[in-house]
Amino acid sequence: MTQSPLEIWAIILLLGIGTFLIRFSFLGLIGDRKLPDWLLRHLRYTPVAVLPALVAPMVVWPQATGGQPDLARMLAAIATLGVGYATKNVLAAIGAGAGTLYTMLYLLG
Amino acid sequence: MPVSTLKSAYWTGVRHGAPFLLVIVPFGLLFGVVATESGLNLVQVMGFSILVIAGAAQFTAVQLMVDEAPTVLILVTALAVNLRMAMYSASITPWLGAAPLWQRAIAAYFLVDQTYALSQARFEARPAMTLRERMAYYFGAISPICPLWYVATLAGALAGQAIPPEYALDFAVPITFLAMVAPALRTLAHVAAAGTSVGVALALAFLPYQAGVLLAAVAAMAVGARVELWTGARA
Repeated sequence: MTQSPLEIWAIILLLGIGTFLIRFSFLGLIGDRKLPDWLLRHLRYTPVAVLPALVAPMVVWPQATGGQPDLARMLAAIATLGVGYATKNVLAAIGAGAGTLYTMLYLLG
Repeated sequence: MPVSTLKSAYWTGVRHGAPFLLVIVPFGLLFGVVATESGLNLVQVMGFSILVIAGAAQFTAVQLMVDEAPTVLILVTALAVNLRMAMYSASITPWLGAAPLWQRAIAAYFLVDQTYALSQARFEARPAMTLRERMAYYFGAISPICPLWYVATLAGALAGQAIPPEYALDFAVPITFLAMVAPALRTLAHVAAAGTSVGVALALAFLPYQAGVLLAAVAAMAVGARVELWTGARA
């Protein structure tokens, strides 16, 4: 990371303010008025729209291996997704992913 | 109103919030470790967890900072991760909207995934609760969750420098995000959105500073909304 302390604090502060305003938006300013359906329909998908896009390149081209696809990390990602989908349990999914990653890194040397 | 009903609503919230420590503590530890390993100092790491108090967005921002993305792109992408909270804010408003402004402001600061999910379910199940009882329950649910987020972050940041690279912590963020996404794949629309997100992100990975992430997210939200209209499913 090469950002100056000033840039880092600007990011932290602006992200904090922006996040608060998102949370405060309707509760604080809109009151009881209802949101348009089309907007809610899009907002509903933000978690599954943003997080996979962030993760996909990290899984396929991991930085730790210099961008080369890596079997251990790929299998760990699949295990996390599979267990998370089957159990709906975030901790179980993290456990499965970490377990698979360490097992495979150990086995594959 | 008797103080005892408020007290009991508060403690019910505490009891319901407590199991989420099992998610919050490891996640906070992980953020502390990863952010410290990425080069942030202790005060900056704590600044993130106290001022932003949103794990997924914090991880996103740190990842993009490591990638040397421009500040504006870091902010836009991390805030996009938090857009779901606008939906939380909208759907909690009918229950808490009549409270005084200062209470709503404090409630908004603490509107995280877990407090939202708990409160929304509780208020819907018990529409007879008074406004003060609802607020008491809400702050009860916050009590075990949010303070421990700060403490876990601090512990992770202090431990951070001591963890060697063999532990493959580079992969902690992808695993955590995938673990959050998988249970959210409830309907065909969610699956279609996630698939679009992955496909577009990989196809546009050649763009600098992860600009593909934002484009993928916008495309995926549109696909999710469209598929929802086709299938009529809403979850």
